Amino acid sequence: MDLFEHQAKELFADYGIPVPRGIVAHTVEEARSAATELTGRVVVKAQVKTGGRGKAGGVKVADDAADAVTKAEAILGMDIKGHTVHKVLVEEASAIAEEYYFSFLLDRANRTFLAICSAAGGMDIEEVAHTSPEKVAKVPVSALTGVDRAKAREIAVAGGLPEKAVDGAAELIEKLWCCFVDEDATLVEVNPMILSADGQVKALDGKVTLDENAAFRQADHEALADKAAEDPLEAKAKEKDLNYVKLDGDVGIIGNGAGLVMSTLDVVAYAGEAFPGKPSPANFLDIGGGASAEVMAAGLEIILSDPSVKSIFVNVFGGITACDAVANGIVSAFKLLESRGEAVTHPLVVRLDGNNALLGRQILADAALPRVELVDTMDEAAKRAAELAAVGA
Amino acid sequence: MAIWLTDNSKIIVQGMTGGEGTKHTRRMLASGAKVVGGVNARKAGTTHEGLPVFGTVKEAIEQTGADVSVVFVPPKFTKDAVKEAIDAEIPLCVVITEGVPVHDSTEFWAYAVANGNKTRIIGPNCPGIASPGASNAGIIPADITTAGRIGLVSKSGTLTYQLMYELRDFGFSTAVGIGGDPVIGTTHIDALQAFQEDPGTDAIVMIGEIGGDAEERAAAYIEQHVSKPVVAYVAGFTAPEGKTMGHAGAIVSGSAGTAQAKKEALEKVGVRVGKTPSETARLMREIMQAR
Repeated sequence: MDLFEHQAKELFADYGIPVPRGIVAHTVEEARSAATELTGRVVVKAQVKTGGRGKAGGVKVADDAADAVTKAEAILGMDIKGHTVHKVLVEEASAIAEEYYFSFLLDRANRTFLAICSAAGGMDIEEVAHTSPEKVAKVPVSALTGVDRAKAREIAVAGGLPEKAVDGAAELIEKLWCCFVDEDATLVEVNPMILSADGQVKALDGKVTLDENAAFRQADHEALADKAAEDPLEAKAKEKDLNYVKLDGDVGIIGNGAGLVMSTLDVVAYAGEAFPGKPSPANFLDIGGGASAEVMAAGLEIILSDPSVKSIFVNVFGGITACDAVANGIVSAFKLLESRGEAVTHPLVVRLDGNNALLGRQILADAALPRVELVDTMDEAAKRAAELAAVGA
Repeated sequence: MAIWLTDNSKIIVQGMTGGEGTKHTRRMLASGAKVVGGVNARKAGTTHEGLPVFGTVKEAIEQTGADVSVVFVPPKFTKDAVKEAIDAEIPLCVVITEGVPVHDSTEFWAYAVANGNKTRIIGPNCPGIASPGASNAGIIPADITTAGRIGLVSKSGTLTYQLMYELRDFGFSTAVGIGGDPVIGTTHIDALQAFQEDPGTDAIVMIGEIGGDAEERAAAYIEQHVSKPVVAYVAGFTAPEGKTMGHAGAIVSGSAGTAQAKKEALEKVGVRVGKTPSETARLMREIMQAR
């Protein structure tokens, strides 16, 4: 889960990391009162969970409260890389002497943590990493030994930070490590980490990604979720414990296992290219290895409530749960939905393969469910589902 | 022949007495795998599914000669279970548990390294390892394929099963599900190396998916070290681009992590990449028929 900048900074502040004073505003009026309260020059910053805000015009300096209103008017509602700005952070302007870059993250390749530090911070850090990699220090950090003040100093020096900033940076880095570990974060990034005109090292921006697998020991994290931005179908699926992602096509997809479902999306998209309107997947839905009747019904229900779906492709490989059990699950799901007055009216293409595939197909054939077609292979079934979506069925 | 898991392997199950542990212990036994006991500190001295339950991994090894552990304990306790297996120096530890916090898996990996890498870790969040006809450690359905001379390494469970099933007429030496978590013990490269060295393996299927740069690194390894034919499949060509925050990820790997980037990296070193799972199986079929 990614956090907004203001959430990241609130978290940083809890760990004693210096951040500028700031107030979140959802409206122009709130921006005015925030700027009035902060007094003096302020920065109005779009709160969106994507990079490149500055370059997109989502960060503006305002001289006073009246100017903050003008700037907030321009930024609220703005679209940045597909993210609509619903709130801004109004922050006291900092007198910046120098800008640095700092982050802790997971280094997947080396299966360890990594500190990245550079004296060349700011908006062009990726470019710097590409053209002058020697200016960007990457220091491995062991999960067993972590980061103490001495290690933090070592990282700051490796990043080429000037002597006047090293002490302040080391203190910030040590605290940031505590935040990274205690909050089960997979990324904490401060860009820029600044040296202010009065010699203080501060976090001027903050990006944090939290590990959702750690939810069982991070009770506070649920409150940080951005419920408003959730797709309503995704929220509904989450309630039912389904792994569902809304996409923008018209072929509903149900499968078992994340890899198989991802693969199904590809196969359907390829097949769709041959038909008018190029049908493509409407969603990702993984019902897990089990594929019980209840889960199948819950999955079908979610997909049927998506108005853009024109056909449905159920792609199941019978491994641990054999195909006869899956077929019985589909039949029961149809009955369950019918009893609730939500009978399936869309064409449904089913591909069952693996353990007891023949038995499973026989069960579905015998049930003679309306609009259900059985296709033996994944590629052929994808083609048929795309074709049915193309004709609008 | 097979890699890492043979008909002599003696398996213990950490978390055998739980629901998943019980179910899959039964399945492993039914497939002919030599499961010799379980570990649960609170139920030490009892029997479960006809097998002895030990208080610790160390004790289980001493009593049974076990050399493989399969971990089914809940995410909350997985880190401690794996560290216990490392302390006992069991040669192979297969972590099936899904939902392990990444700080925990990074810690137990660092712990394994600090202790001299005496324990090979597979997973977490993986289906395990199966050497058809010989042994089965994990949750891979034993009866979807046969023994043969293809090696398989995969990030995804169900795609592993799909390929094992499609190529069941040729059969497999060993199939390794390494798991799709950001931090995993055994990598594509580890498996490629073992299959290259295994006289019982003629060709290798590698299944990857979007995210990270493991496939790109595997491609570089193949170019240098693997002479056996490799066929690959990468899932996620049409997956929507995830929101990437910050710059840190790109600075580290220098790879976009897209399926296209992975496919190109693999094809550049002569690996044939299937567009769909079935096409991948077809490519492998051609290789095996030509032998």
